Amino acid sequence: MLSIFHSLEISHYIYLSTVLFSIGLFGVLFRRNAIILLMCIELMLNAVNLLLAAFTEYMGDMQANGQMFVFFIMVVAAAEAAVGLAIIVMVYRNTRKTDVSFLDQLKD
Amino acid sequence: MELLIFLPLVLALVSALGSKWNRWIILVFALSGLLILTGNFNVLAAAIQEKSSFQTIVDYPWLGDAVHFRLGIDGITLFLLLLTNILIPVISLSIKTDKRPALIPLMLFMQAGLNGVFMAQDGLLFYLFWELAMIPIYFMTLLYSERDSYTTTIRFFVYTFVGSLAMLASLIYLGTKSVNGSFAYSDLYNVQLTLTESIWVGAGFLLAFAVKIPLFPFHVWQPNTYTYAPAQGSMLLSGIMLKMGLYGLMRWYFPMASESIDFYQPIIMILAVIGVVYGAIIAIRQDDMKRLIAYSSLSHVGLIAAGLFALNKSGFDGALLQMFVHGINVVGLFIAVNIIERNFGSRNLNELGGIAKSNRLFAVLFFMVVIGSVAAPLTNGFPGEFLLLKSVFDYNTTSAVFAGLTIIFCAVYMFRMYQFSMLGECNSDTEDKTIPVSELIPLFVVAFFVVSIGLFPQWYMDLFQNSTTSLLQIISNAKGVLS
Amino acid sequence: MNPIAIILLFPLLGFILNGVFGHKLPKLVSSSLGALMILLSFVTAISQWSQIAFDINGSISWEAYTFFNLDGLLFRASFALDRLSIWMTLIITGIGTLIHLYSMSYMDHDKNPAKFFSYLNFFVFNMLLLVLGSNFLMMFFGWEGVGLCSYLLIGFWYQNASFGAAARKAFVMNRIGDLGLLLGMFLIVKNFGSLEYNEVLPAIAEGSTSNVVITSIAILLFIGAMGKSAQIPLFTWLPDAMAGPTPVSALIHAATMVTAGIYLVVRCQAMYSLAPMAQELILWVGLATALLGALIGLRQNDIKKVLAYSTVSQLGFMFVALGVGAYTTALFHVTTHAFFKALLFLGAGSVIHGVQDRQDIATMGGLKKMMPITYITFLVGTLAISGFPLLSGFFSKDEILANVFHHNIIAYVVLVFAALLTATYMFRLLFLTFHGEFRGTDYKLSDVHESNWKMTLPLIILAILSVLGGALNLPHYLMHQEGFLASWLKPTFLIFEHAEHSDLATEIGLISVAVFVFLFGWFYSRNKYISKSESPESGSEGIAKVLANKFYIDEIYNKLIVRPIEFFGDVLFALFDTLLLYGITFSINPILRFTGRLNRKIQNGNIEYYLIYMVGAIALLLGLNLFFA
Repeated sequence: MLSIFHSLEISHYIYLSTVLFSIGLFGVLFRRNAIILLMCIELMLNAVNLLLAAFTEYMGDMQANGQMFVFFIMVVAAAEAAVGLAIIVMVYRNTRKTDVSFLDQLKD
Repeated sequence: MELLIFLPLVLALVSALGSKWNRWIILVFALSGLLILTGNFNVLAAAIQEKSSFQTIVDYPWLGDAVHFRLGIDGITLFLLLLTNILIPVISLSIKTDKRPALIPLMLFMQAGLNGVFMAQDGLLFYLFWELAMIPIYFMTLLYSERDSYTTTIRFFVYTFVGSLAMLASLIYLGTKSVNGSFAYSDLYNVQLTLTESIWVGAGFLLAFAVKIPLFPFHVWQPNTYTYAPAQGSMLLSGIMLKMGLYGLMRWYFPMASESIDFYQPIIMILAVIGVVYGAIIAIRQDDMKRLIAYSSLSHVGLIAAGLFALNKSGFDGALLQMFVHGINVVGLFIAVNIIERNFGSRNLNELGGIAKSNRLFAVLFFMVVIGSVAAPLTNGFPGEFLLLKSVFDYNTTSAVFAGLTIIFCAVYMFRMYQFSMLGECNSDTEDKTIPVSELIPLFVVAFFVVSIGLFPQWYMDLFQNSTTSLLQIISNAKGVLS
Repeated sequence: MNPIAIILLFPLLGFILNGVFGHKLPKLVSSSLGALMILLSFVTAISQWSQIAFDINGSISWEAYTFFNLDGLLFRASFALDRLSIWMTLIITGIGTLIHLYSMSYMDHDKNPAKFFSYLNFFVFNMLLLVLGSNFLMMFFGWEGVGLCSYLLIGFWYQNASFGAAARKAFVMNRIGDLGLLLGMFLIVKNFGSLEYNEVLPAIAEGSTSNVVITSIAILLFIGAMGKSAQIPLFTWLPDAMAGPTPVSALIHAATMVTAGIYLVVRCQAMYSLAPMAQELILWVGLATALLGALIGLRQNDIKKVLAYSTVSQLGFMFVALGVGAYTTALFHVTTHAFFKALLFLGAGSVIHGVQDRQDIATMGGLKKMMPITYITFLVGTLAISGFPLLSGFFSKDEILANVFHHNIIAYVVLVFAALLTATYMFRLLFLTFHGEFRGTDYKLSDVHESNWKMTLPLIILAILSVLGGALNLPHYLMHQEGFLASWLKPTFLIFEHAEHSDLATEIGLISVAVFVFLFGWFYSRNKYISKSESPESGSEGIAKVLANKFYIDEIYNKLIVRPIEFFGDVLFALFDTLLLYGITFSINPILRFTGRLNRKIQNGNIEYYLIYMVGAIALLLGLNLFFA
């Protein structure tokens, strides 16, 4: 088991999660659809999760602190998705749209 | 003595509860300060003793060890406390409560702040009271200004506030440099600064004080505020509040940033003398009596500032005496204008005239205040102005010639004001209308001081002369360390 | 109680009593109270005469209290009655009493004589303060105090706006001089550490002080004197001051207050004797004033204006005397001038009363039949001022001319010319008022009446004094010894006053010139106004127009000084203060609003933009970190 993980360099994990994170980031920045936004946020969170798990393994952290955080993040992400989807549903009911650029009421 | 701060606060709260007070009850409220002062006769007697320096009389820890609630007293403070607590009752007599109910609590609140400013012996406490005194005047102008109240008030407030913040920065800087970070007065002035530091620290103080005094060209808030503020607001501002700035120069700027005095002295001197002439020339052409008084006040306090910056005994004594006298006179003038406006519906010189005809007593009292301002001998304006001009003369002859122009111009605009309001032909508004005697009561108090200071200035100067000597000693010592 | 205190107290008491209760008292009571107080003061002063006369250095001093104390530098309210000040005190209270008596009748028709008497008493109090003070500070108190009273009395009829303007003009012009005086006092304190006469003047007389300092002080004090004594360039207030009631003109603007400048210079004799430059300045200023006043006086038609310019001119004569170092002579002329000019003014007042408040001599003429006492006394005054031999003016003016003759021949010629003009305009005034045909149009000669005894008695007394006043200081050639006044004043002068005594031939020559001058003036005016019975010139063309318009000096001052200051005031207020200064300070407002509007574009409320800013900023920071690491 261990060897399978270790057959890859840590740098590969870092590259992968960077790519995932960037995809998520650009998705958040440039997409307007609220559902896609949520998915992209999930993607970013999971990129971080991946990195945390990998680092835990490679640093030889026997208490697995990093992996513990992964679980926390997954819980938070789930909660967030639930709340986020609920908001989106409410917005959709009111405006018949899921386009976030429409929601600029913050400025006043 | 801390009662001098807390009692007016309590009375302010009490008076805020009701809205229609009898004027005699208000007078009792306003007199509280004077009563406390007389009650503390022993403390005061000690304050004017020989070699009296700024004695601490109240000291509680307040914000940790660094900042104490520390009050002190000496002759200078005593003299200004007297001014404050004498003028507040005088001003209170001129208030008509039915129209402007909030004036009374605000004025008492301000009294607390002013008493605090003059007694504070701790940098942050001084700042606290300094701002505390500002709050009531903000509400007075906001609530009762006759026009543009929001613009005038916000400009005045922000403008003075910027100056105050600069002072706060200076105080904090001094605090960080002092022993144990203490803000105590004596610790602050013992801080040794380099010349550059001192110039910056001094700039902070000077900005706050120059705006408050106001010194040319920092006076831009003043004419509009004096003109549009309610009469009592103008009285409080010009009679007492601007003395805070002059007091600050004496008590805080000179000892704290003594290293920078040589740097700023010529600059302020020139500005002050320009202010003297500038204010006077503009005052000559004003038709609105309140605006005229505003510019005349600019001219008069310019001379006081010049006297302070001459940094000699005659300047300090003259400045203190003149601070008192200017307070009395300018309040007298505003009261007179207020009476005229209330009874004849205008304070524009073009619309008045001939009031003296059926108001003999008022004419006499008003004239006394006018000649007091003109500084005719045997009235209160003379000794102070004499000492101030002498001090400026000792500093620099040319400045004295220009500053001396004030005695000419002041006669021009003051007598012009008196002529066009009181003398000449009556018009339909001023014909046969008599001012009720009860409105004249505050002017009697003013007239008393006009004559008594004019005849016996030494009585008043005895109160503070020892303290100015020791303050000058402190300043020259502090300067001496550097040079 | 100290006699000085008593002398000062009476007028002050009169001021307070009349000021506070006067309007409740009957007119007769309040006005007699005013007159009585001055009389009592006069009597007190006389009673002290002997004490000072017997002792050569005798003087009474009184230290009332310390006015203020500046680290041991004492400014005292202290007074002294010495030979100089008692002389002035007697003039002030003596003539003051007569004028108060006169006013009792003159002001009888006024609504508020109590106010008038309280002001007049206050004036006398201040004038006494001026001469009795034993230091420059007290002198200055009186100096400004009389200026204030002058303001109050010129503007006494306050409902007339132009009187108010005249009053303010007088006060302000005096204040210009006062500034000089004040600066002079500061210079004295700086150099001598005191303002007491008996400390400063001996120190100067010692001669160790630098000449620059003494000259500067002397000139600064003289600027003060210019204002108070109406010398060029500060003389224009005096003719305007005629707006006040006539007794005021007589007391303040002829006999006493305007001579304060001469008193000041005489008092500081030690200083001026050591400042030849200042003396030269005084000489030429005085000379110019004497000539200018006399020239303008030639073509004035207001009876009081003629006398006013005559006063300006005569004050010029006094300063000429001071300029050549003849201090006694100047004081002598102050004294005789006080007699005859007060007489002339009171006479003019009597005329004005007689012709129902008219002042234009073009509407008078031939009044001598109706007002015999006024006429005769006015004639005496005219003769005295014109230098009729053996009258008081003859002696004092002759002394001035003789002193100037020895000093500077050009000045002498100019002064003789001024004297000639004096005789001319005075006789012009006399002839046009009392002689010739009656020229009134809107009233009848039979309406004109002689004044009552309260007004004529002072006239008679003053006429007698004008005749005999010369005896106070008879010239050397008559008595072969010093005149009385010269020997009286000798002890008060710290530096020996060099008196010129010319030989008999010169003296006779000088007297002949003086007599010729008198005769010329008399003859010229008589020829013109009686023989040819010309009516007064309207002064509509040529040089006469310039004279009648007072050389346009008021207009010039208006154009050159008053208007520019007013213009400056307007410009400073409207452009500099309101627009520029206020504008610049609060131009921070639009700047803030503008940047705020820019900021609002960025803060558009759209979350994705915020995210972009955030990411961009993080990227920037990371990039910078990489770049600099």
